[in-house]
Amino acid sequence: MIPAQFDYVRPTTVEEAIQALRDGGDDAKLLAGGQSLLPVLRLRMADPSLIIDLGGIPELKGVREEGNEVVVGAMTSHYDVTRDDTLRQHVALIQEATKTVADPQVRHKGTLGGALAHADPAGDLAAPALALDAQFVIAGPSQDGSGTGTRTVGAADFFEDYFTTAIGEGELLTEIRFPKYTGWGARYEKFNRVAQAWSIVAVAATVKVDGGTISDARIGLTNMAGTPVRARAVESALVGQSATEENVRKAAQAAAEGTSPTADADAGSDYREHLARVLTGRAVLAAAG
Amino acid sequence: MARIRTTVDGLVYEDDVEPRMLLVQYLRERLGKTGTVIGCDTSNCGACTVHLDGLSVKSCSVLAVQANGSEVLTIEGLERDGQLHPMQQAFHDNHALQCGYCTPGMIMQSIDLLGENPDPSEQEIREGIEGNLCRCTGYQNIVRAVQDAASKMKPGASATADSGAKQTVAGGGA
Repeated sequence: MIPAQFDYVRPTTVEEAIQALRDGGDDAKLLAGGQSLLPVLRLRMADPSLIIDLGGIPELKGVREEGNEVVVGAMTSHYDVTRDDTLRQHVALIQEATKTVADPQVRHKGTLGGALAHADPAGDLAAPALALDAQFVIAGPSQDGSGTGTRTVGAADFFEDYFTTAIGEGELLTEIRFPKYTGWGARYEKFNRVAQAWSIVAVAATVKVDGGTISDARIGLTNMAGTPVRARAVESALVGQSATEENVRKAAQAAAEGTSPTADADAGSDYREHLARVLTGRAVLAAAG
Repeated sequence: MARIRTTVDGLVYEDDVEPRMLLVQYLRERLGKTGTVIGCDTSNCGACTVHLDGLSVKSCSVLAVQANGSEVLTIEGLERDGQLHPMQQAFHDNHALQCGYCTPGMIMQSIDLLGENPDPSEQEIREGIEGNLCRCTGYQNIVRAVQDAASKMKPGASATADSGAKQTVAGGGA
């Protein structure tokens, strides 16, 4: 099927995009890479009257270092994330997870910001963003309504529910700021049925190992609730332990604590809890290896 | 209506299109390039794969207006002076198709893969074409064809092949 009719604008600055959102009202929709939005439009699950294409705004693309952070423009493609040397060195976990998103064609066009703003609970990038304590920079109308301002939201507050984020009416995500995790090991362990399928459950783990001992650990779970979940009980159980298989598997037993996984045709809730424990063990061991 | 200007298979086109027109519709219905096919309605099958500014995309999941100012390469632009692209020839030589519906997308994605990784392992080939579904072959001969093409497209692999033309259409990460 083809999408229902809509008007189309392609702003060249964030300010123009905010203005277009203001003009378009409730019925405007932002187009990033389009790899979730286009299928939705084609299935007629949405029929916005205005599409605002963010593809022509140079300031939204690219990766840069700023002090102790790595800043990724929201319109940076998955493909560019997977190839970026700065991310490889300082934020390996987001790169490892991005390599598993969909398939090569989708990664060429899809964007980090688009995927995070879409906030599909089975999407692969929210859990690493949460584990890494990413900060989300959101642009919108300024308080007095005369211009444009920005605000920053932490990952723990950004993901609110299924397909729901802290991005409000008239706002757009401009960049994602990651603290540096230089020298940390990272692994995204994903369980799905067939190639290019969504994660049934996946685990994003990054750990710091000093002389064989885990000195810090961050773990995020994909598809274990409507939003990504931090496996904090596992994180604290790991710190101070030597990175042996026995220790890691024991700590990973707490991985499903505080989760509320769905049940669907792929897996029941208890099976998802089992997967979270098994995949957490695998991910931490690989990250520590 | 929106005015777009694109280069498709080496020729420049200017057209007024509805913003909702998909790139694959534009290629097939406006330009008559029916070599690129539509397989599914869910962005899964990859049959409609083309190269957009040198990178493979599913042309059912790109609006024609998003291709404004870009270069598009389709399966119809691979042949040079009556000579099949080495990837097309390898699919032919290795019988890498039965019904043939997935073939245009498979070939475009396989060329993209070799642009990224000129010497892929079997596993890397299988992962590289994971966005393309074939419901006939079980993928065995498709993988063989990509291996065959990779060996023939390596720099200096064949002095007789038209290597100049190959490089201009190899696309991928170029």
